[in-house]
Amino acid sequence: MSIRGKAFIAGVHEHPERHLPDRTLPQIHADVALGALSDAGLSTSDVDAYYSAGDAPGFGVLSMVDYLGLDCHYINDTETGGSSYLVHAQHAATAIAAGHIDVALITLAGKPRTGGAGPGGSGRVSAAPEAPFESQWGMSVPGGYALAAQRHMHEFGTTSEQLAEVKVAASTHAQHNPNAFLQDVVTVDEVLDSPMISDPLRRLDCCVITDGGGAMVIVSEAVADRLARHCIPILGTGSFVKSSQSGRIDLTHTGAVRSGPLAFSEAGVTPSDIDYVSVYDSFTITVLITLEDLGFCERGAGGQFIASGALRAPHGELPFNTDGGGLCNNHPANRGGMTKVIEAVRQLRNEAHAEVQVPDCELAVAHGTGGSLATRSASSTMVLGRSL
Amino acid sequence: MKLPARAAQPNSETLPFFEGAEQGLLVLPRCRECDFVIWFPREICPECGSQDVGWFEASGDGSIYSFTVTRRIPGGWNKVTPFVLAYVELDEGPRVMTNIVECDPEQLSIGDRVQAVFEEATNRDGESGPPLLRFRVTES
Repeated sequence: MSIRGKAFIAGVHEHPERHLPDRTLPQIHADVALGALSDAGLSTSDVDAYYSAGDAPGFGVLSMVDYLGLDCHYINDTETGGSSYLVHAQHAATAIAAGHIDVALITLAGKPRTGGAGPGGSGRVSAAPEAPFESQWGMSVPGGYALAAQRHMHEFGTTSEQLAEVKVAASTHAQHNPNAFLQDVVTVDEVLDSPMISDPLRRLDCCVITDGGGAMVIVSEAVADRLARHCIPILGTGSFVKSSQSGRIDLTHTGAVRSGPLAFSEAGVTPSDIDYVSVYDSFTITVLITLEDLGFCERGAGGQFIASGALRAPHGELPFNTDGGGLCNNHPANRGGMTKVIEAVRQLRNEAHAEVQVPDCELAVAHGTGGSLATRSASSTMVLGRSL
Repeated sequence: MKLPARAAQPNSETLPFFEGAEQGLLVLPRCRECDFVIWFPREICPECGSQDVGWFEASGDGSIYSFTVTRRIPGGWNKVTPFVLAYVELDEGPRVMTNIVECDPEQLSIGDRVQAVFEEATNRDGESGPPLLRFRVTES
């Protein structure tokens, strides 16, 4: 059974703030939950399924179902870092296609700027079986991704200038987003002149750290039919865990090599059909490798593809992250998957900023990456359409 | 400058690795069913699923698969920047995360030959524990 066309994104909401010293973590979950339900034209009493990941406080779904006052007979707290929310959407679409639920709510919230957890994964990591062999070497989050970037440069001749264009393109989009954390357009030289963090990644190769959150509401066709809001059909999904490959890790690809084909195949489309992509951008290198993995360019050719200006909205070959992405706009809770879906929905609804709205945007991809490119990660890809 | 060295806590699955480290030896797990050299150390073969795992003394030789010179980092490691985080590909196959020590970070290249060194480590209470597996360059 395919989920194609069985489930619809009826509501999305991105918290407008990036610094929330006076909101509690549950409040931010509630802010975005109510925002997404309101966007859909629904209320908390309509929700029969709730999904959250490791960013939810306390007992996760149990605490939040209780706090929000939901009645849910379907719950899930799959934790794959920043890709969690795409995995949740896949699970929700599957449950809807199977007829188990009608209205699924997925929330994300965090306060890394004002007292919440910093970047670098969940508290469970200390007990991981791999920890004694990976936690002793001073691997920061950028340091891990730098290992991938260095190897990609070695194998394919990728350059720092090519990586910088990812940030430059994101910044040209972010200038139009009044909520973006960073709204100034930057040049390649400014990226190259920013302080080196972990060779070859510089400060401007790294995403922002922001408080905030986001939510989405996924509904069945029966519910979508009675809502006034433009509901976005989920056409295909795919997820894949790329392990450390039995200790023979290849740092130049991600699990998108598997999640992408699964999603494209279910949707019945190919990468060349896609009008807009929200691609996970924890670092510039994450974008470059993921674009190759998803088949938007040849393996090893990501640098040239990006340097051609392909990512620039609205007229590039493959406009990306038109909200400014994690590199400029928002990376709430250090998890970028939710905002990737939200901007893809805006594009398909023709509600992106006019300067970056892709004309006739019919097909979009949202892609999340969680964990670390340096060790093990979970990729999740979703193909969305303007209509069925 | 000497890098932070926090000793790992061995358990029953990893004890032979850390006992080897105490002797200055790189002792690796190998599957008795399919001969696969397992990394990270554990008593299951990720290639064939067997839990019949033996141990052998590896050469300690390898080459740099990837590395990064970390220049800014939060926490205690900021006192030892710049330092080198790397993946070393052992001659026996596994790619292990580590530090390259006793080197000029600006002179390193992917492919440089390296050799295991075991560095003294202490646990949270300051007591000595199993030494850490790091590498130094032998030929660049």
